[in-house]
Amino acid sequence: KTSAASLQMTVRDALNQAMDEELERDELVFLLGEEVAQYDGAYKVSRGLWKKYGDKRIVDTPITEMGFAGIAVGAAMAGLRPICEFMTFNFSMQAIDQVINSAAKTYYMSAGLQPVPVVFRGPNGASAGVAAQHSQCFAAWYGHCPGLKVISPWNSEDAKGLLKSAIRDDNPVVFLENELMYGVPFEMSEEAQSKDFTIPIGKAKVERPGLCCQISHLHIQLLLSSLLPSQFQVINLRTIRPMDVETIETSVMKTNHLVTVEGGWPQFGVGAEICAMIMEGPAFNYLDAPAVRVTGVDIPMPYAKILEDNSVPQIKDIIFSVKKTLNV
Amino acid sequence: MRKMLTIISNVLRASTKKNGARVVVSSRSYADFTPQASFDIKGCDLHRLEEGPAQQAVLTREEGLQYYRTLQMMRRMELKADQLYKQKIIRGFCHLYDGQEACAVGIEAGINPTDHLITAYRAHGYTLTRGGTVREIMAELTGRRGGIAKGKGGSMHMYTKNFYGGNGIVGAQVPLGAGVALACKYQGRNELCVTLYGDGAANQGQIFETYNMASLWKLPCIFICENNKYGMGTSVERAAASTDYYKRGDFIPGLRVDGMDVLCVREATKFAADHCRAGKGPILMELQTYRYHGHSMSDPGVSYRTREEIQEVRSKSDPISMLKERMLSNNMTNVEELKEIDVEVRKEIEDAAQFATTDPEPPLEELCNHLFSNDQPLEVRGTHPWTKLKSVS
Repeated sequence: KTSAASLQMTVRDALNQAMDEELERDELVFLLGEEVAQYDGAYKVSRGLWKKYGDKRIVDTPITEMGFAGIAVGAAMAGLRPICEFMTFNFSMQAIDQVINSAAKTYYMSAGLQPVPVVFRGPNGASAGVAAQHSQCFAAWYGHCPGLKVISPWNSEDAKGLLKSAIRDDNPVVFLENELMYGVPFEMSEEAQSKDFTIPIGKAKVERPGLCCQISHLHIQLLLSSLLPSQFQVINLRTIRPMDVETIETSVMKTNHLVTVEGGWPQFGVGAEICAMIMEGPAFNYLDAPAVRVTGVDIPMPYAKILEDNSVPQIKDIIFSVKKTLNV
Repeated sequence: MRKMLTIISNVLRASTKKNGARVVVSSRSYADFTPQASFDIKGCDLHRLEEGPAQQAVLTREEGLQYYRTLQMMRRMELKADQLYKQKIIRGFCHLYDGQEACAVGIEAGINPTDHLITAYRAHGYTLTRGGTVREIMAELTGRRGGIAKGKGGSMHMYTKNFYGGNGIVGAQVPLGAGVALACKYQGRNELCVTLYGDGAANQGQIFETYNMASLWKLPCIFICENNKYGMGTSVERAAASTDYYKRGDFIPGLRVDGMDVLCVREATKFAADHCRAGKGPILMELQTYRYHGHSMSDPGVSYRTREEIQEVRSKSDPISMLKERMLSNNMTNVEELKEIDVEVRKEIEDAAQFATTDPEPPLEELCNHLFSNDQPLEVRGTHPWTKLKSVS
């Protein structure tokens, strides 16, 4: 018998495995959303689940986000553990009142009487050629709100471990995936292959230790690419809220520089929040240069490929920013 | 009951002795009251239903006295809240329910405590029928630590077991209620969810989305539209292309009910509950009711309706008067017994108000608690970087 070697798994399959394992583990878990059942998922993330678990656990909804998000929240209030899929987070705007006012605030308003164990998941941010209405990043929108946990996984291990934690969490979690990452394979360690593999919410991961500090929310792959000099430390935030400020501060105190990278718009964004937190904390005194942000361009996403490519951070933008920060 | 009558007759006997005059006493013994009676109630308008609730309701003496007590408690509680609000001891939003009591009491009489209920912001009455005490309701209104939500929710955010508030966003509670019904069906517990909304909310898109899914999936959900004729300052004619709210569910069967008559509401609710429990899916009830107060304490309630209209409803259709008259004319109780209840109710309200005005406000150390359930303590950002605030579950 060969020992379980680490194997290659796409982010899509990791998400699928996470949901499969949690559906099996706890009868109260169920999935609802558009096309999640008989279509196997608009992006095939829920492939095979309906066949395995049936109509009761995997529920196709009509195209009525506000209604089914509210139903998911109500079901959570009454003791179930729903996973509510938004086909993309752009459509969550139609339901955002249910996410914020009905889910996020209720435990507080009820002074602890009414928990809401619901997960909202789906692809977030830029895709390829889907234009302005289908490309928005909602990390800053949801990250703004107390009462929510907001997660942004990068690779397959992140996807599996964090989704399992999100489903087991007794609180409303917004789980921001990315469509471009679904098909990307990553090595899954032996530990990650276990049915009990979870990653704690609220802890960032230093993907590559080094001399300079960077944080990414989506573009870790670019940062870890061979194009970027290997002395740059890359931090994968993993969780947007609650944000792991300590890991960032420790890194800045060691490396003395900070560049944040995200796909979303610059104003009032995740990078802006990180810079503000660093300024207010002990790490400020260790900065040798101002912290800067690399973000999407401050425009609605255009369609033409050349325009779209130049609307999101590219590796050359990151290298340029790093060099400017280091004054080289 | 017997004890109370003994007390009364002792008092009267004592007073007879004192001044020697003969006091006419309407002292009845327990056995003299009618134990139950049958009442004709108004029929319901039906939509997609072959037959409706029975047009006769049986009321026992015990039930009648219990309904009377709760109706009166609810009425007095709301009036006390009015008083406290005008004294600025209650602040913010305060949406009072007086006039509509028959709805809350009748619905509760038609369901089980193990069933579920959710409503919008005019919620004090339901908080009471669903197990909240007047004390903790009033203390929540005054924002004290003894409030039902420890002072953190206020008028619109009160919760008890199987009661999901108290919801501030108009219409949002309707999908939530269907979600609760989904959980009932999923867990196979033969429970249902009563999901309430007003005539104003009835035009919300998310309600139609909910009708669709509740019907598709046959959720055990009783949709109830409390039509009190005005959505804030807008009469139903000015807001809805169709004011037949009981038909607005289209493919969902509906009934229109006299919401001022607690027996009508009870029978209709029982009928609706049977429908749901039989697995037939959702059903819709429109309760025609009336609020004496304005939309909230900031609304005098007379700019969009006449005082004559309000007075007419009070004199002809008041739910408490209606029950009282029924019981008295059928010898199910007497004036003294009801007065006794009134005195007890008044005392409970006074005690609650006393508590609500003297209980201390929540401690500042608990400001950030209850952000997350079942979680590690965490640090919360305060108003500036140097505040260290802590949150525990």
